[in-house]
Order: sequence, then structure tokens, then C-alpha cells
Amino acid sequence: MLSVSLQHSRPGFALDVAFDAPPGITVLFGRSGSGKTTVVNAVAGLLRPAQGRISLNGRDLCDTDQGLWLPPNRRRIGYVFQEGRLFPHLTVRQNLLFGNWFAPKAAPRADLDQIVEMLGIGHLLKRRPGGLSGGEKQRIAIGRALLSAPEMILADEPLAALDEARKAEILPYFERLRDESGIPILYVSHSASEVARLATTVVVLQDGKTTRQGPAAEILSDPKVMPTGVRSVGAVLETRLKAHHPDGLSELDAGGLSLFLPRVAQAPGQMVRVRISAHEVILSRGKPEGLSALNILPGQVDQIHSGEGPGAMVSLRTPAGRILVRITQRSAQALGLEEGSDCYAVIKSVAIAPGDISKISGS
Amino acid sequence: MEWLGAEEWQAVALSLRVSFWATLVAMPFAVLTAFALARWEFAGKQLFNGLVHLPLILPPVVTGYLLLLTFGTQGPVGGLLQELGIVLAFRWTGAALAAAIMGFPLMVRAIRLSIEAVDPKLEQAAATLGASRPWVFATVTLPLILPGVIAGSILGFAKAMGEFGATITFVSNIPGQTQTLPSAVYAFLQTPGGEAAAARLVMISIAIAMGALLLSEFLARRAARRIGDG
Repeated sequence: MLSVSLQHSRPGFALDVAFDAPPGITVLFGRSGSGKTTVVNAVAGLLRPAQGRISLNGRDLCDTDQGLWLPPNRRRIGYVFQEGRLFPHLTVRQNLLFGNWFAPKAAPRADLDQIVEMLGIGHLLKRRPGGLSGGEKQRIAIGRALLSAPEMILADEPLAALDEARKAEILPYFERLRDESGIPILYVSHSASEVARLATTVVVLQDGKTTRQGPAAEILSDPKVMPTGVRSVGAVLETRLKAHHPDGLSELDAGGLSLFLPRVAQAPGQMVRVRISAHEVILSRGKPEGLSALNILPGQVDQIHSGEGPGAMVSLRTPAGRILVRITQRSAQALGLEEGSDCYAVIKSVAIAPGDISKISGS
Repeated sequence: MEWLGAEEWQAVALSLRVSFWATLVAMPFAVLTAFALARWEFAGKQLFNGLVHLPLILPPVVTGYLLLLTFGTQGPVGGLLQELGIVLAFRWTGAALAAAIMGFPLMVRAIRLSIEAVDPKLEQAAATLGASRPWVFATVTLPLILPGVIAGSILGFAKAMGEFGATITFVSNIPGQTQTLPSAVYAFLQTPGGEAAAARLVMISIAIAMGALLLSEFLARRAARRIGDG
């Protein structure tokens, strides 16, 4: 477990954060400029905070009150950078083994062959990083960090420099890390869908301050949490995959209700996390009939959060979990919505992107 | 070599020896100086930078005279060294010192450029992987600046081979002792009938310079290929 509390300032920006990162993936979630990278660099030891304390598994890495500051090479924290940062003068194999060479001899070591196999980079070992694609470089960077026998992994927007196809290629490796390695991961992101897919815990960072932290489903379903803008808000439902149907749909059990989605990759019985974008949901006061949408979930209005613009974020409590719905304030008035109103949330099956469906760790 | 007289041969051998040691001994200091100028901020950095470049802009004779004042047996440093049994003035070691100091700014400039081209982010990455500062330098920085170090060495070596003014002022022109290739050319040209010998030395000088240049091209290209294109 990582514990962080630090204050740091530079002209025009003040950082004041405190959070814990339990096992699993903790996502530092916030828009660019919110101070995410500063926090991660302080944890890695690349930046010396003005004030603060950082400890990892009970070991102090930094404690300004005691004048304690471990340099990065003594922290045993693997860092996956946004741009890979592979060593151009070394082969892929030498890059992978770089940290392994410096790791304490007694440290539990990841096995090169196993990591190479997991990341699918066996055919690249003899090459130099120069001619590799962004996705390949990032997989090697992940392997390099893992092979340094780290007690923790930091990943600073590791997918931001990649196109959508490459992102889809790398994301599963982080899911596997979360589910199989047991190494806690601090992952920086400004992408709501990455957060929904990867996060065990979410720490929301706004203007240099930690405003919310907690389990992913809880934080993402809060209508007031929208650090990266209203367009990226979406609640997360934790469901169990019931069956794949012959017409290409998969049926998910969400708190006793059925949710139909285009065929998902997981096997029946598995726990599946589904992110539902708030602006893809329609709200209806009466039970709609004669609609093409397959998913109609009954619920009660739990909170209405009106922002500065014409929009309102409605949080609906349903048996499947909380759902966020983005509507206009005009609609909210027309429907006479208030806390406790009975409503139906209407969700088109095809509106849910494959990238917003993921398996949940431990299932 | 039949066609080369003993005195001429001595001059060539001495010049090679002087240049080799001058370059070898100056190199670590040049790398350190270049690193300090490229990466560190410290008080008096501009003054230090000026001092390093001084031999490049001062008349070589002045540099030689300053060396004589400092490292001569009556000089403050020279006197001290003499007590330790080290004499530089009028010895080949003094010629090497003069050559090293004259070539130093050229080496520093070449190496500094290559250090400035190294992305500090790579060094940070190495640190997070457990490498201490000396190891980061040895495993990341040094391999990446190798082409610059090679270029700097060849420049320094060539400068040492050609150094005349400071050398002749500091250690004079004693055949077999301190008579380097350029001083030998000069001496032969002052002697009636010495033109043929001078011409032979000039040709050797050209051959060595070309050889050094080709070698540096070859080494730098090989080092650059190792680094790849990022």
C-alpha cells in the first residue's frame, strides 16, 4: 500500500494532495494541468516536494519533516512513462533486463521469458527500439518496469501517445497486471473510459487537490464528479454475464435486471464491468412501450445536479446500481423531476462501446 | 624506414607519443568539464567557460609563456612538482601538457554538444530502474555521447599533432627530447638543404591527419549506428 501526502508549489500552481493506493490499480483521475504528473514524479523520486510524506508498504520514501528523501534508484518503483523512454543504444532484450541488473539480489524476480510471453514481444528481443511502433515500445516499457523487481508500478498516461487501435492493444496488459501480478499500480489518466476499465480505486484530482477518492464504481456514479468535463461522465455497473444468445447479444445480470449488450468477450459466469455514458441514456417518467431500445431500467431519482450550462446530471438509483443521465434542465422541469421521482432509464444496446466493457479483477 | 633520418623519425614518434598521452589524459577532464557546462548551474559558470576557452583565443606563444611561468621549475606549480620529482619544462611531458591544454577547448566543445543532445528523461528512466548516478552515466549517458567523445578525441589529437607555438615556448625544440613534428619541420626549414626532410615530414603529417580523420568517421558512424534513430 502506498500512502501519499504532499504539498508543493510552483508559480501559478499549488499542489496539496493526500491519498492511499491500496492493492490493485489506483487511478489518479483529472484533466491535464491538475497536477497528476507532479504527484507521480514525487512518488518516483524525480521531483522533491516542498513538504510531504510518502511511504510504500511501511517504508518511508520521503518525509520532509525528517529530511528524508530516497533517490529514485533506491525506491524500487517501476515507472512506465507516457513516451516509453526506451534506451536507444540497447537492444530490446538489454532494455528489458536493464532494471533487473540493478535489482537487489534477494528481491523476488519476474521471469524474463514469462514477461516476454505475456507481452508478446519475443520476436523483438534482438532489435533496437528505433524502428518499433508506439504500441511495441510501450509493451517493452511495461516489461522493463516489471523486470526491475518493483514493489509498485507507476504509469503516467501510458496510452496517451497511442492511437485507438494501439490503446486497445495495451489496455488488456494492464488488466492482466492488475489481476495477476499483485503489484499495486498507480495509474494516471484523464480518460474516463480507461478509469472505468482499469480502476480498482479512483483518486480525483482537481486543480492540484484530491477532491474525491474511493472504489471506482462509487466515485464514477457520483453526479458531481466530472473532472474531465461533462461529456466524459458515465456510471459503472458491476454485472454478471448470464448468457450469450444466438442473435449475437449477451445477457448480463445487473442486480436482478437483465441488460442486453452486443456480444461481450467474457465467458458466462464472469463478473463484467459496464460503463454507461451519461449522455447515451434517455429518461422517461412512464414505462415506455413500443421502443426499439432493449434495456429499460426502473429507478428513482436520487440527485439532480445542475451545472452552469443548460444541462443537468441526474443520478438514478436502480436495482442494477446507480446510473447517471445527462439531460437538459428544460427536460428536467418538463418531466417534473425531483428527488424520489419514479423514472425509467432507457439504454440502447449498441450505444455501449466495446471499450467500456471489461472483466472485473478476481473473477 | 630508410628514407627517414633518425632525427626525423624521432620527431614523428615523439609527436605521436605526445599527442596520444595529451588526448588520453585530457579526455576524462574534458568529459567532466563538458558535463558541468552542459548540465550544472553554478556561480562563476561563465568565467569557467571563458577560462576553458582561453587557449583557443590567446596567442599560442602567450599560452606557452604562461605555462612556463606556472609549470617551469621556478613557477609555483612547477616548483612543487619538482619536489615530487616531476619536471615538465623542456621535457616531452611538458610538450604533452601544452598539447593537452591547447586541444582541451576543442574536446570540450565537441563533447558538450553531444551531452546537450542527450535527453535527460532517459537518464531519469534509468534512475527509476535502480541505477545510481555513476551507473546512469556509465550505462546511458556515456554510450549516447560516444560519437561526440570520439570526435572530440580526434580533434584534440589533431590539434596536439599540429601544436607549435605553445610547445616551442614552453619546452623549446630539443631534438629527441621535445622536438615534435611541427618543430622539426620548422627547424629543417631554417637549415640550408633541409627542404627535402621538411617535405617528407609534411607528407607524414598529412598522412597522419587524414588517417585520424578517416578513423574518427568510421568510429563515429559505428557508434551512431549502435544508438540507432531513437
